[in-house]
Amino acid sequence: MNYEWDFSFLLQYKGLIAIGALYTIGFTIVTAIAGFVVGGLIAVARLANARVVTIPLLAFIEIFRCTPVLVQLVWIYYALPIVIGVELKPATAAFIALTLYGASFFAEIIRGGIASIDTGQWDAGRALGMRRAALMRRVVLPQALKRMIPPLVNQVVLQLKNTSLLSVLAVPDLLYQGQLITSATYKPLEVYTMIAIIYFIILFPLTTLAHGLERRLAR
Amino acid sequence: MTTQAVRAMPETTMIAVEHVRKAFGPVPVLKDISLSVPKGGVLSLIGPSGSGKSTLLRCLNLLTIPCEGTIRIGSHAMRFGRDHRMPRDRDLAAFRSTVGMVFQNFNLFPHMSVVRNVMEGPVTVLGQGRDEARDLAVGLLDKVGLREKADAYPDRLSGGQKQRVAIARALAMKPEVMLFDEATSALDPELVGEVLNVVRQLASEGMTMVLVTHEIAFARDVADTCVFMRDGFVVEEGPARQVIEDPQQAATKAFLSHFHKAAV
Ligand SMILES: Nc1ncnc2c1ncn2[C@@H]1O[C@H](COP(=O)(O)OP(=O)(O)O)[C@@H](O)[C@H]1O
Ligand SMILES: [Mg+2]
Repeated sequence: MNYEWDFSFLLQYKGLIAIGALYTIGFTIVTAIAGFVVGGLIAVARLANARVVTIPLLAFIEIFRCTPVLVQLVWIYYALPIVIGVELKPATAAFIALTLYGASFFAEIIRGGIASIDTGQWDAGRALGMRRAALMRRVVLPQALKRMIPPLVNQVVLQLKNTSLLSVLAVPDLLYQGQLITSATYKPLEVYTMIAIIYFIILFPLTTLAHGLERRLAR
Repeated sequence: MTTQAVRAMPETTMIAVEHVRKAFGPVPVLKDISLSVPKGGVLSLIGPSGSGKSTLLRCLNLLTIPCEGTIRIGSHAMRFGRDHRMPRDRDLAAFRSTVGMVFQNFNLFPHMSVVRNVMEGPVTVLGQGRDEARDLAVGLLDKVGLREKADAYPDRLSGGQKQRVAIARALAMKPEVMLFDEATSALDPELVGEVLNVVRQLASEGMTMVLVTHEIAFARDVADTCVFMRDGFVVEEGPARQVIEDPQQAATKAFLSHFHKAAV
């Protein structure tokens, strides 16, 4: 096979590509933050250990963990509007799906991190007269967050990769822009190679960071 | 659940436990325990493993909530039982802040320096200013001989040093009572002395204390009274020297004979 690689034509699409990268990164950041907040709330609610709260939350978590995110995305865009009677924009549907999907994983990471703190730490704080919220904030969370950071970063990496599914709903992320450029140029090899390289350039530092943190915090 | 004024309690009684029962699920662990410690008194609590010593100690500062009975510390009293609601977080916290506790495993806060560990109670619970709390903390570290470790982190300390920091951390709350749960059991033998010396000094300063310990000689020499527990009951109680050197009950004799063999 002697294919003539030629990336130069991509230059004229740099605006499109930049928009795609912005969508990909922007969606990752926004859904990671929203997912972390929702996941944190779920984790705290679950720690209360009351069945009325725990069972629905567990159901939520397992539904989102045990179905493909692509199915969730499509379901929320095409099926949810029938249930709630409100049309959703593709970006809104994508935001909801990725946020809830992320939240279901973040919730377990956060809950696990908090539960991993030795009960002696709670005893010590309580014995000083600290109240629950203060104990959480001053003693438990600072230690738990340290343990949560590597899995959280890993989850953000997955979250970023999952944004490539947005293209199904015609949200102009990196992959969607790639598809546009391909249909205009008929050069999938260069286009998709470049798309892959951009994902790699964004994610490699993140995974390296996660590994580094894991090693540093392991001691 | 009420924190009420002391009712007809001799002014000098600092700790009063009345008819306390505790079960974990169906398993009774404390079966009708009553005892009292006068202000400035030191009570040692001995007994075989599993007899309920830790549970009783944890009931004294409500880390464990008794099923029934009354716990009084100084002017705070709480009553437990079917007719009483679970105390609120706020009331529990207020009660606990007057009782210092030292644990077998130290339970220092590993993410804070030594001085921060000691400042944590005054700053977070009492709302003290940082400078004031730091002065207090440095003074207490000086008292336990660890002033130079103020900025070290707990993982840099020996077990004996950790335990002395834990004592300073508890003292920073200016507690009316100090509880020690096998404070030297996790220590290498050569480090036990430095911790016992601090406890001894507290006793001589008139701190009211309850010591759960396997250091029988220490229990005899530092405590005024000694309580021997087995299976959730108080089996024998009396002046420390008498209970340890001349126990009356067969169970106490049997328990103490292990220690005499090992040369106290
Ligand atoms: N949180 C708990 N849940 C269930 N059982 C417990 C709990 N804490 C203590 N126990 C049980 O209560 C008994 C007394 O324990 P403990 O007070 O720790 O004894 P000691 O300190 O004298 O060794 C033991 O049988 C122990 O297994
Ligand atoms: Mg014990």
